[in-house]
Amino acid sequence: MRSAFAAALAAVALLVAAPLHAQMREAPPLAEDPVLEAHVMRLAGVLRCLVCQNQTLADSNAELAVDLRNQLREQIKAGRSDAQIIEYLVARYGDFVLYRPPVKATTVLLWAGPFALLLAGLAGLAVTLRRRARAQAAQAAADGGGADAAARTRAKALLDEPDGATGA
Amino acid sequence: MKKFFLPLAVLVVVVGFLGFGLKLDPREVPSPLIGKAAPPFSLPVLQEPAKTVSNTDLKGQVWMLNVWASWCVSCRDEHPVLVELSKQKIVPIIGLNYKDQSDDARAWLKQFGNPYVMSLVDANGKIGIDYGVYGVPETYVIDRDGVIRYKKIGPVTPDTVREKILPLLRQLKG
Repeated sequence: MRSAFAAALAAVALLVAAPLHAQMREAPPLAEDPVLEAHVMRLAGVLRCLVCQNQTLADSNAELAVDLRNQLREQIKAGRSDAQIIEYLVARYGDFVLYRPPVKATTVLLWAGPFALLLAGLAGLAVTLRRRARAQAAQAAADGGGADAAARTRAKALLDEPDGATGA
Repeated sequence: MKKFFLPLAVLVVVVGFLGFGLKLDPREVPSPLIGKAAPPFSLPVLQEPAKTVSNTDLKGQVWMLNVWASWCVSCRDEHPVLVELSKQKIVPIIGLNYKDQSDDARAWLKQFGNPYVMSLVDANGKIGIDYGVYGVPETYVIDRDGVIRYKKIGPVTPDTVREKILPLLRQLKG
């Protein structure tokens, strides 16, 4: 009984310890200096990994991303500012590394495009609504109100009839 | 009939853009290095590790830098093209052996042929970062003044050689 319990405990301990051990091997830089590591990850979060293009440098485990994170770490350690480091990467990989592309002549469409589309849509909606309202008014005018008015008087006459009349 | 015209026009334009987008390769990141001076380096030579070569040693000639590694699968596809180009003796091709084991790299060259005048060893990939390398193989054409004039990401094909590299070399040497 006791030995079975001990075996189960050992199995659980192994299960828990195995991933822990793997993590420990992967994370030494974090343990070294958590503040620096947080800084590296914050900076890497706004930079795009060039290999797996829809991941940030912080998310990616591609070898190049690891190398570039090491570059970030070294440069932060060397006391360079975030702006300087980003400039360093842009000089090598272009604006493509930035998740937030800078506003300049070639990116105006990118930044202003959605708003221009929204405005165009709103303008189109306004024009359509106004056109429809005008068409309805014109329709009513074309009917001359004549048929409408006659129908209304007939309805009124029917409603005004005393109940006894219909009942009889 | 007229009611369908506008949506149809919008559809045609959108399909046009999407069709154009299909032909673009999202992996081709335009390099900001074109027209700029090739980043400096000073690296050991693969075949003679005691010797180092720097970018200033290569000035005064038009040369090609080809980033390769023995672990790189598409380098194998590209390799015969480079071997063929090197036989024409139009341009010296310098290899940049990127994040590789030198023994593997030498064995690889022995097996597949060596189109390089020399290969430089970038064991930790630092020079690769300076050159904006993110997918091996990559190829650069560098002019007499040490300015990068062309960059190809991914394997060089016979078409690339014929349509891009050879005309550019002719222009740079002429």
